[in-house]
Amino acid sequence: MWDYTDKVKDHFLNPRNAGKIENADAVGEVGSLACGDALKLFLKLDDEGKIEDATFQTFGCGSAIASSSALTEMIKGKTLDEALEITNRDIADYLGGLPKEKMHCSVMGREALEAAINSYRGIPIDTTALEGEVVCECFGVTDKQIRKAIHENDIKTVEDVTNFTKAGGGCERCIPDIEKILAEELGAKANTSGPATSNKPLTNLERIQLIQKVIDEELRPALQADGGDLDLIDVEGKKVIVSLRGACSNCPSAQITLKDGVEGRLREMVDPEIEVVEENA
Amino acid sequence: MKTIYLDNNATTRVDPRVFEEMQPYFCDLYGNPSSMHAFGGQVGSKITEARERVAAILGADPTEIIFTSCGTESDNTAIRSALESQPDRKHIVTTKVEHPAVLNLCKHLVKKGYHLTQLGVDENGRLDLDELRSAVTDNTALVSIMWANNETGTIFPIEEIAHIVKSRGTLFHTDAVQAVGKIEIDLNKIPVDFLALSGHKLHAPKGVGALYVRKRTPFRPFIIGGHQERSRRAGTEAVPSIIALGKACDVAFENMSIEQNEVRELRDRLEQGIINSVPLTIVNGDESSRLPNTSNISFKFVEGEAILLLMNELGICASSGSACTSGSLEPSHVLRAMGVPFTFAHGSIRFSLSRFNTKEEIDFVVKEFPPIIERLRAMSPYTEE
Repeated sequence: MWDYTDKVKDHFLNPRNAGKIENADAVGEVGSLACGDALKLFLKLDDEGKIEDATFQTFGCGSAIASSSALTEMIKGKTLDEALEITNRDIADYLGGLPKEKMHCSVMGREALEAAINSYRGIPIDTTALEGEVVCECFGVTDKQIRKAIHENDIKTVEDVTNFTKAGGGCERCIPDIEKILAEELGAKANTSGPATSNKPLTNLERIQLIQKVIDEELRPALQADGGDLDLIDVEGKKVIVSLRGACSNCPSAQITLKDGVEGRLREMVDPEIEVVEENA
Repeated sequence: MKTIYLDNNATTRVDPRVFEEMQPYFCDLYGNPSSMHAFGGQVGSKITEARERVAAILGADPTEIIFTSCGTESDNTAIRSALESQPDRKHIVTTKVEHPAVLNLCKHLVKKGYHLTQLGVDENGRLDLDELRSAVTDNTALVSIMWANNETGTIFPIEEIAHIVKSRGTLFHTDAVQAVGKIEIDLNKIPVDFLALSGHKLHAPKGVGALYVRKRTPFRPFIIGGHQERSRRAGTEAVPSIIALGKACDVAFENMSIEQNEVRELRDRLEQGIINSVPLTIVNGDESSRLPNTSNISFKFVEGEAILLLMNELGICASSGSACTSGSLEPSHVLRAMGVPFTFAHGSIRFSLSRFNTKEEIDFVVKEFPPIIERLRAMSPYTEE
């Protein structure tokens, strides 16, 4: 059973603003029956261009209905520009958080809002989705949507790309493409914040300290969020020996985590020639 | 709030008679059946009795029963044994609608170099036996086909399937986790090589299962260690659970007619009650050959998790094949294999009953359930289209 907050339960069991607005000024529709969730958002504007009323019709799970309900409450009284500042993260926060696997429900809310406002402003519908290349054919997710989700939500794993955008959640054929996009985006981020971009070669001690720092500050919190963990066992030159703990130790994707997640990040942050191996592997 | 438990294909209540039977083996009769003293030995004879009871419900010989930790272990043991005992054969035949215990193992084996044929099903979840006939080749190590489907309750014609497979000289495994205790099984007549069953689906506790291995079928153990289970499954026996499984089989064998009559009647009452009062529904599965306790109904334009959450508010427990409940993003692989349209697949609910359900419970659900669908459809953007 999903661990929904009381606020999610409340908005699901007592949805605010469910229904449609006749003669709405703006309507935004995203999702489809095939995808398993869909949201139609209706907006009524007052004379000053503020959102006077907002309602929704949603086909979807508990958190999709709760996210829709929350969104309508959040945007009422706002101008369209103010409303557009709301991110999917804001919707999730308003509800006291959503299970990770359900974050795409908040993304759907944000997309419906954008679609409604774009259609009102005469910007062709779905322009955001059509731009870029479709990466995930099962759910029709483009590289642009994936990159946006990575940036807005500080995503570091392929699994979270799926949680937030659904991309990769169907036949899984696009997982390598998502891995590539993720690596590019994380690489770009590293270069802007980049402690490792200095050209001065690291001493052995500095290298070990930096590896430990990246593991403690970045990698372990991400793994712990999934019930796993990682210990640094030893560093032999460019070979980093680690041990996967908790849920990681018997996870079928552990090798992907190790190679793409851990090794990828250490190569970016510390040394491009680093090789990560598992203890006793 | 009273719980109305209609999720018995997920797990069942331990029968009080079963619980009573296993209880002495925790704090009093805790000996190890392998010990040389009488204190342990008396436990051994109780395990022998449990083995006889499990064998009886299957029409098997007690020497053909191996106790395991669960249905999944039994499935893994059977499939891996068949491959290991025939190293020259690299092909497996199964169906698209198996439980993950079989399906995900087979997919894993594909990565290890095996070839896999997955037989499809028609819109009622039925197999095409000609497809099976043409799938089996000299390279096929094993055919693994479930006895009854956990999601729809569809029963496969295992007797006919077993004869087809055996006529080709191929090993045959059946995952009978959902069938044992609900329908009659007689392995004297049906030539399966391996059969997996699970305790907690028939009112024994979780954490115990059994594997039937026909005499003279080549066998390679999955768990290697001590001499328990005649070295076919090492590890100290889960004594109380094994005794419970034996008792549960004994009770189920005696009560088979309850499943076939009373439980079936309740299931039909529930199903008819719901489809008569809720429009735009379909019943998934083969209504002419179905487990007596299972009803899988799809409701157009609504999503399964939302239905379950509202049912939960009334204390009614069931399952859904919707994407949101499975932890994946796609609806049930079983419903997709059957070609159930997405407009229906996301809104599927599985009700699975047991002999502990009552007519009052069913009448409560028949009365309270339709407004749940109405409420969600009123919120759905598709309803009026």
